[in-house]
Amino acid sequence: MPWKHKHLLGLESLSREDIELILETAKSFKEVSSRDIKKVPALRGKTVVTLFFEASTRTRISFELAAKRLSADTLNIAANVSSTSKGETLLDTARNIEAMNVDAMVVRHSSSGSVLLLAEGLKCSVVNAGDGCREHPTQALLDMFTLQEKFGRIEGLKVGIIGDILHSRVARSNIWGLTRLGAKVTVCGPATLMPRGIEALGVDVCYDLKKVLKQSDAVIALRLQKERQQDKFLPSMREYSRLFGINQAKLSEGSDHLIVMHPGPTNRGVELSADVADGKQSVILDQVTNGVAVRMAVLYLVLGTKTE
Amino acid sequence: MGLLIKHAIIVNADKIWDKPHDILCIDGKISQIASSIASANHEIIDATGKKVLPGLIDIHTHLRQPGREDKETIETGSRAAVKGGFTSIMCMPNTNPVIDNAMVVEFIIREANRVGLCNVYPIGAITKGQQDGELTDMAELKASGCLAFSDDGKSVLNSRLFRLAMEYAKMLDVLIIEHCQDPLLSAGGVMNEGVVSTKIGLKGDPGIAETVTVARDIEIALYLDARVHLAHMSLKRSCELIRFAKSQGIKVTAEACPHHFVLTDEACSSFDTSTKVNPPLRSREDVEAIKAAIADGTIDCIVTDHAPHTKEDKEVGFDGAPFGLIGLETSLGLTITELVKPGIIDLPTMVDRMSSAPARIVGLVHKGIIKEGHDADITIIDLDKEWTVTLEGFVSKSKNSPFIGRKLYSQVEYTICGGKIVYRA
Repeated sequence: MPWKHKHLLGLESLSREDIELILETAKSFKEVSSRDIKKVPALRGKTVVTLFFEASTRTRISFELAAKRLSADTLNIAANVSSTSKGETLLDTARNIEAMNVDAMVVRHSSSGSVLLLAEGLKCSVVNAGDGCREHPTQALLDMFTLQEKFGRIEGLKVGIIGDILHSRVARSNIWGLTRLGAKVTVCGPATLMPRGIEALGVDVCYDLKKVLKQSDAVIALRLQKERQQDKFLPSMREYSRLFGINQAKLSEGSDHLIVMHPGPTNRGVELSADVADGKQSVILDQVTNGVAVRMAVLYLVLGTKTE
Repeated sequence: MGLLIKHAIIVNADKIWDKPHDILCIDGKISQIASSIASANHEIIDATGKKVLPGLIDIHTHLRQPGREDKETIETGSRAAVKGGFTSIMCMPNTNPVIDNAMVVEFIIREANRVGLCNVYPIGAITKGQQDGELTDMAELKASGCLAFSDDGKSVLNSRLFRLAMEYAKMLDVLIIEHCQDPLLSAGGVMNEGVVSTKIGLKGDPGIAETVTVARDIEIALYLDARVHLAHMSLKRSCELIRFAKSQGIKVTAEACPHHFVLTDEACSSFDTSTKVNPPLRSREDVEAIKAAIADGTIDCIVTDHAPHTKEDKEVGFDGAPFGLIGLETSLGLTITELVKPGIIDLPTMVDRMSSAPARIVGLVHKGIIKEGHDADITIIDLDKEWTVTLEGFVSKSKNSPFIGRKLYSQVEYTICGGKIVYRA
């Protein structure tokens, strides 16, 4: 089935076949990054801009490397959020950049739905690198790619997502993607950070981390923002860590083939203890490696699509 | 020399008259209703085949003037009102400056008179600057023309202050209209908290922000034996609380807006900022409950909560956009299409909810009914005529409507205010 999307705005709107095609394409691009000469000419002459309204190191660099390894020209813009707090300025900014004949814009913004506004208002391809609490599709795709690599399948896998589900675009994109590919997803975190009606997205809710560690093939620990304590969602980071932090002792009671994932950057000692983050069950660095391959696949597919 | 409406099928809140009558308006009053009145020198409207209603009354409008004349003015708002069949509107005080002193009230009334299209009644603020700090000089505001008081846009969060406002308003026999929303519970939510907000990652505003305030206000009304009017109810649970309060004889009245009985929070999935409104669009269950509450009278009246915003202000993404949508020009059509045509309410009940009841609630004793001696405020509609809502069709200065493209029944043919034709299709 051919790829027919000009943008990648989220996984909710993608079919199982679409997602499988991205993962399949990423497989061949992963090999490119392991070569001595890490470059293919697939996007030669194309211009890819990363436009980030929120701080990011890993995701931005990952996209930049992905574009470069496909021979695209890249430009990185870290936009000042305060000067673009108005969405029209966002669209204006994007239109000005686009006017310099840009082919794809990789965008991160703190407002849910902002990438939809851009996709509607721009002629170039828009790739969502995280919009508010809505979606972070390439993160979920690289998580799925890593799962497929480790287990050879996604169908039937039991995956736990641990932490601040309410504010997490990583959780949402993973829920859409994993359930569409037939995985069984359980979300686990403080009740105050569990969004209302989350069951309607086809997941189970469990507040008992030990149980989730026991039943799962993989867990994705989410980054806990320090602000959540100030916003009263949590009594303390210490208490959070006690209930939902994964340490070696809790892990040793979990299933023996369990792998631990994290979208980064990790708060060591909060959601993961250092020994778990660096331990043999952790695949965090594989996720980072796979991120480049997945983003190469995404850029390749959206830019290869004929625009109508 | 007056205005003579011939062959009128009159619809009052109690019934639709079976036989056509002629209505003669002289000096701003309905001077005579009879089966046939001689034409004499009168200006004539032939209402054959049309329905003739008491002029619609909207007790919840935002006119934005003074302060945000780029969004709406008293003139453009009045034009939108009469196009939508309204002959009287009440404008909320969240202007700049706030309607919290006699000068602003007098300015609005003077400007509305200059425009001369419909009656405009300013609503005074409950607290100075709507700051939840000190009560306004309500007696002076009443003397300059305020029939009601509200801090609309937000609740009077300080419960003691709200109690004092209710006590004071009772003494002056003016109405307190409460915007029921506990901002600490809303906590910056931009849409209804529920499955849809969970799906699309927008910050949810929980229904309890409304219902706890409804419950508080009902308790204060009971304690003081005072009247309170609850603005733009949006929830099934609010209706249940009000129904119970009324059954106990508590003096509570309530209003609802068409968008809360037409749209659900699913509409926000489009990220169309004209679906961002306060209180937010709710669930299907709430929509059905609002309809039922309008039908059984738990909700006394329908209001527009007409809230104009410029394209620039609304086109900033969902999080950043201001709350509100325009309603003056679509309210009647939506009510006919969604409530009357499906048989949820009949036409006389609609007249009650959109004219007689609001007149009763705010004390406009000579309005809300077509009757000899009453004000000649009359709306003539073609009940079955279909039209499509278009962006270009709006005469309001702002176009922030989620109903663009929708087909509606009922075209306003004439709006008559004070015996004068102020709008004709």
